[in-house]
Amino acid sequence: MTFLSHIITGLSLGSIYAIIALGYTMVYGIAKMLNFAHGDVIMVGAYVCFFAVTSYQLPAILAVPLAMVVCTILGIVIERLAYKPLRQAPSLAVLITAIGVSYFLQNSAQILWSASPKSFPSLFTVGGNKSLGLFGGQLQISYTAMATVLACIVIMLGLTWFTGNTKMGKAMRACSEDKAAAQLMGINVNFTISMTFAIGSALAAVAGVLMCSAYSYLLPTTGSLPGIKAFTAAVFGGIGSIPGAFLGGVLLGLIETFTKAYISTDLSDAVVFAVLIVVLLVKPAGLLGRYVPEKV
Amino acid sequence: MNKLSFRSMKGRKALSPFLNYAIVIAAFLAVQLALKMDMVSNSMQSLLVPVCCYVVMAISLNLTVGVLGELSLGHGGFMSLGAFSGIIVSVALKNLVPLSPLRLAISLAVGALFGAAGGVIIGVPVLRLRGDYLAIVTLAFGEIIKNVMQVLYIGVDEHGLHMSTKEAGLLLSETGTAIVKGPMGAVGVTKLATFTAGFLLILLTLLIVQNLVHSRAGRAIQALRDNRIAAESVGISPTKYKLIAFVISAALAGAAGALYGLNYSSTLASKFDFNTSILILVFVVLGGLGSIRGSIVAATVLTILPELLRNFDVKEYRMLIYAVILIVVMLVTNNPTLWSWIARFQRRKAEEKGGAEQ
Repeated sequence: MTFLSHIITGLSLGSIYAIIALGYTMVYGIAKMLNFAHGDVIMVGAYVCFFAVTSYQLPAILAVPLAMVVCTILGIVIERLAYKPLRQAPSLAVLITAIGVSYFLQNSAQILWSASPKSFPSLFTVGGNKSLGLFGGQLQISYTAMATVLACIVIMLGLTWFTGNTKMGKAMRACSEDKAAAQLMGINVNFTISMTFAIGSALAAVAGVLMCSAYSYLLPTTGSLPGIKAFTAAVFGGIGSIPGAFLGGVLLGLIETFTKAYISTDLSDAVVFAVLIVVLLVKPAGLLGRYVPEKV
Repeated sequence: MNKLSFRSMKGRKALSPFLNYAIVIAAFLAVQLALKMDMVSNSMQSLLVPVCCYVVMAISLNLTVGVLGELSLGHGGFMSLGAFSGIIVSVALKNLVPLSPLRLAISLAVGALFGAAGGVIIGVPVLRLRGDYLAIVTLAFGEIIKNVMQVLYIGVDEHGLHMSTKEAGLLLSETGTAIVKGPMGAVGVTKLATFTAGFLLILLTLLIVQNLVHSRAGRAIQALRDNRIAAESVGISPTKYKLIAFVISAALAGAAGALYGLNYSSTLASKFDFNTSILILVFVVLGGLGSIRGSIVAATVLTILPELLRNFDVKEYRMLIYAVILIVVMLVTNNPTLWSWIARFQRRKAEEKGGAEQ
């Protein structure tokens, strides 16, 4: 029974990583940049949802879309102001700018909402219960965990369909293959990149809300470590690949939970990153990444 | 991230390396003079050794990022290795080597050794990866070091070093002392670091890095950066030269870490986290990739800047201002309109000069 409950915890943690990693991977695949501010967009989303629920008494069904809208706008604004002027710049310059944006968001949050932790309310309850008891109450599955896993699967399938079948999605794939050629085919590259940021940021908001309702704890620095771990998850699964991000995120969550349960609570991060290093050494492009041979 | 681009090295004269020594020596003398005249505030004095450490860190990271052209996000990990090994050696040798400058020198050397060992361990398998994958593995390495140091307990007694993952597991004799206490970090360290030692470390770093860059190996490393395939085709071994640059960089970071650790009576493992690695990367990028002088200046200015901002009444906005400066500097220095404007201005100047000569 404990084993099953560890699996459920791992799956729900992994699904959160997967949702964040999907945002990372989309942005990386198209803009070819490591958006280190992604983790802080998660934090903003969580704060927006927190204030909507606690200060304005909005129901969760309204608060979550509100957080998504705010984050989408934030994502587009960040992209316009900070990243767009650097389209031709060396990638390290873009990386440093992303780090600057990340510091900016964290410190603005600290000034606006104070550095003291907020206790996030549980959004997903059915009839006042936080979790569903199975096998006569031996196995407790929280509704948040169910919602997280469900949301993750829906998002993954939705994104796969979106990139495969819609005009915008096809434009995104074209941009990630070859920007110049896409432009020659009449694709508005700048708009496509902005849309990618918008989608990534909306996903970040969802991840933020789910994460904070699972761990009921919110700080201005809440997003940074999950952000880094989700980035690792994206690399783990093969960066740029949507199923890869999903697989990487879920595996990372499971590994972390099982390490905490059976090896050591303190060493869980070390084990997660060690597994990542080993995987990259065996499969340098990640689990589902495509190995592109170099043309000379 | 596969292609880091570099501004042309045009105009860098052969005199340049000597100018760097001159700048560092002049700065050292100026600070010493200011200290004699009592013009340096206490908070600034406490920054002198950290500034030296960060300068060394920035120069060493510049060797990896600027000269070798590989992005490393785990430089703080090497600093951590150096800091803790340096601290342990300095405490362990307390009775054996009473002379504190000598003990400091030994600690720095051991720190460098551990940094180098970390560099070899992570470098050999990882330098086969490219671009972002290398970056993510170095990031993972830094996090692993931080995590492991937060769990380890290390102590010393007359039987030698003891190591455990629990405080009770140390099994020290009565005269023994626990040096590293897991999540509490290293405690009870005698502060050995001095500004002069930091200055000497910077000079040593300059000596090593500048001579490496201008040597045969250095040219091979830069050739690998500029075009790996072309360099390989003329017989340059990528693994060998990448490893040389990476390990030297890690060793210097280890020495800087040891100096940093010995500057405080207690050191937490979480001090050397991802943010520290990023901070040093910011020094390198703002100072200019491949420019050693730029690294020195950027590390100094950006370490002092938050402290200077403290003097104004902007305490809460300190890091916010820092973030904005970071973004704005990146946007301005990478603005193509601005650069073309400067280029046009220079061309006009050159034409005027040419016209005058005719």
